[in-house]
Amino acid sequence: MSAKQLLVVDDSTSMRQMVAFALTSGGFEVAEAEDGQAALEIARTRSFHGVITDVNMPRMDGISLIRELRQLPAYRFTPLLMLTTESGGDKKMEGKAAGATGWLVKPFDPEQLLATVRKVLS
Amino acid sequence: MDITRFHAAFFDESREGLDAMESGLLSLEAGGAADGETINVIFRAAHSIKGGAATFGFTSVTELTHLLETLLDDVRAGRRVLDPRAIGALLGSVDVLRGLLAACEHGTAVDAAALAQARAGLDALLAGDAADAAPAPSAADAGQAEAAGDWRIAFAPAPSMFLSGNDPLRILRELGSHGELGVECLDGRLPPFSEMDPFAAYLAWNLTLPASVPREAIDEAFAWVLDDCELEIASAAPAMPALALAPSSAAPAACEEASAAASSADAAAATVRRAAESDNSIRVAVSKVDALINLVGELVITQAMLRQRSEHLDPVANEALMSGLVQLERNTRDLQESVMGVRMLPVDFAFSRFPRMVRDIATRLGKKVQLRTHGEATELDKGVIEKIVDPLVHLVRNAIDHGLELPGERRAAGKDETGTLSLSAAHQGATIVIEIADDGRGLDRARILRKAAERGIPMPENPTDAQVWDLVFAPGFSTADQLTDLSGRGVGMDVVRKNIAALGGQVEIRSRAGQGTTVAIRLPLTMAIVDGMSVAVGEEVFIVPLSMVVESLLPDPAEIRTIAGEARVLRVRGDYLPLIDLAAQYGLPAATRAGDAQAAPRIAVVVEADGRRLALEVDDLLGQQQVVVKNLESNYRRIAGVSGATILGDGRVALIVDAGGLAQAAPLPAAA
Repeated sequence: MSAKQLLVVDDSTSMRQMVAFALTSGGFEVAEAEDGQAALEIARTRSFHGVITDVNMPRMDGISLIRELRQLPAYRFTPLLMLTTESGGDKKMEGKAAGATGWLVKPFDPEQLLATVRKVLS
Repeated sequence: MDITRFHAAFFDESREGLDAMESGLLSLEAGGAADGETINVIFRAAHSIKGGAATFGFTSVTELTHLLETLLDDVRAGRRVLDPRAIGALLGSVDVLRGLLAACEHGTAVDAAALAQARAGLDALLAGDAADAAPAPSAADAGQAEAAGDWRIAFAPAPSMFLSGNDPLRILRELGSHGELGVECLDGRLPPFSEMDPFAAYLAWNLTLPASVPREAIDEAFAWVLDDCELEIASAAPAMPALALAPSSAAPAACEEASAAASSADAAAATVRRAAESDNSIRVAVSKVDALINLVGELVITQAMLRQRSEHLDPVANEALMSGLVQLERNTRDLQESVMGVRMLPVDFAFSRFPRMVRDIATRLGKKVQLRTHGEATELDKGVIEKIVDPLVHLVRNAIDHGLELPGERRAAGKDETGTLSLSAAHQGATIVIEIADDGRGLDRARILRKAAERGIPMPENPTDAQVWDLVFAPGFSTADQLTDLSGRGVGMDVVRKNIAALGGQVEIRSRAGQGTTVAIRLPLTMAIVDGMSVAVGEEVFIVPLSMVVESLLPDPAEIRTIAGEARVLRVRGDYLPLIDLAAQYGLPAATRAGDAQAAPRIAVVVEADGRRLALEVDDLLGQQQVVVKNLESNYRRIAGVSGATILGDGRVALIVDAGGLAQAAPLPAAA
């Protein structure tokens, strides 16, 4: 069975690399994008089993990205997770309304992240 | 992938976290009231440290923070009140954690006794609490207390649940992972088959879970779908089931507001903390370090002067003075090395950007590239590191764009589809060598020669590989037939060479067709001190950087020829090298030059710079010494052919010969 493909979107390089690292070490194949716009372009050209996106990003934020992705037939049922901070309660609901599957609260440790992603993609 | 490169960040974060915990605990102790914000900050810090420590395998840190976290979680949930004794134990653990982190960071031994004591303290608190009277029950506690019976959960997903990427079965699976799950499926909402929307969720469930499953685990399973379903969670205890129904929406909301305030306070505090951080490192302005280096430089000069003045003294009569001077020389050298070390940074500061960049470029070009780095810990002067980044970026781009082949091409050549690009750094004596190597197609000798001919660049008849590769550094030279957006626009290698030369370094290329190309950059460890050969030209003393000196020889006048009227060349073992008279180059008065320049027994110092060799004509070789480079530009102005100045032991100023500049200005000798 080939590895599941994930797209990680975050404008913070360290965060993105850490997430990508955790997921890669968990056996996923990870593509990275540094904002919503870039992510959308990548997502249009190939398909992913799941998308994990930061919320606050330049050009296109995570919530808009989720809204756009849900419009694409290929991403109608795909798990789309937001990376939020604990203070972002409104964002969670806004994200849910836009079609997000769920969220991961920052700070999280890589194992937590991996466990959640595995759970969603099992 | 090497996880250790995140270590430094982890240690920094953790130290900040411990500072936050400490100040939080202190404010709790002073203010008394266990307000949610402060506790949250402390809890989060402990939690992050635990997570990081677990990721990076610092078990002792993980174990201790786990105890802390357990305790703090109880406090946060209102199940425990922090009394002064508890705060004392927590503060003690923070101190022990600092020690543990330092031990992990520097690879020293963990203070086992302190760790055991801290653990015992926390264990006692955790165990004692069970015996102690529980604090006043809160709403959350009521839920917990009622959990005598099993959990009963009524779960009816909204028809739209699938459209958010959620799946009721996933939630059931998660619940089942916590304990034995009783499932009753309710299919009352299923419409007739003809009306069924395959994308809608129709089923609902009544679920039961053992009482041992914590309420939080259940809430967590449903956290993402609260707005997407009808949900009732109740304890099956016969009495007061309504009380057991915790207000699942109100509580987290309040909690979030509290932490919003906390995180802004946190951010402000972090700024102060960073400025005040003085645990294991201090932040010092570079200018202060440079001033220190400069002073040490002056000291080196003074010491050299003393040594020179003492040379004519009678060593027996002045024995004490002499041994003192020897001591001074040793101490000065040690001091100089230590101070230079302050400016040194691991070359990883330059390397760390490449994994990401390589990946991006490779993706864009449809190539498969594996990046390997070696010697990231090799230290290099901060100023040099900052200036080396641009040339490295260029070379890495070139290697991927021109060097490495497309996967198909590689397969056809019997190579692994994935190309390897390696970046390495290593010390070699007083220089550092950084190599960018690829296992790609190698440079195309014939093509480079053809391009050189097209551009009218003169070449010897049977050029060596080194001479051919050297053409790549000619201004505007590019063999790329097609321009890509990455490289091949003809601005490039000449700029790379110029930048490296400005750092006192050299670039060379090694390449084998079909096997790959290696670009080696040789840099001085620091630009502040140079090993120099002092040479006499007339009355003046000049310094030639030793790293550039190839050999010194007494030329046979018959081997010196004058070509094209002005330029003179010296034949050394069959090669014609431009011969530059330093006296004429620097405009020294002719009177100081002894007789006929060509006939006099003058010495030729052969230097190699920028891949070109040339001979410098001098009157005498005086010796080798370390000199402290004084920047000429900041003190006077830039002078062609001079890279800096230094002060000699006798207090005189000597100019440092810019061999690279002279080489570039010198005419290229025609083919032999």
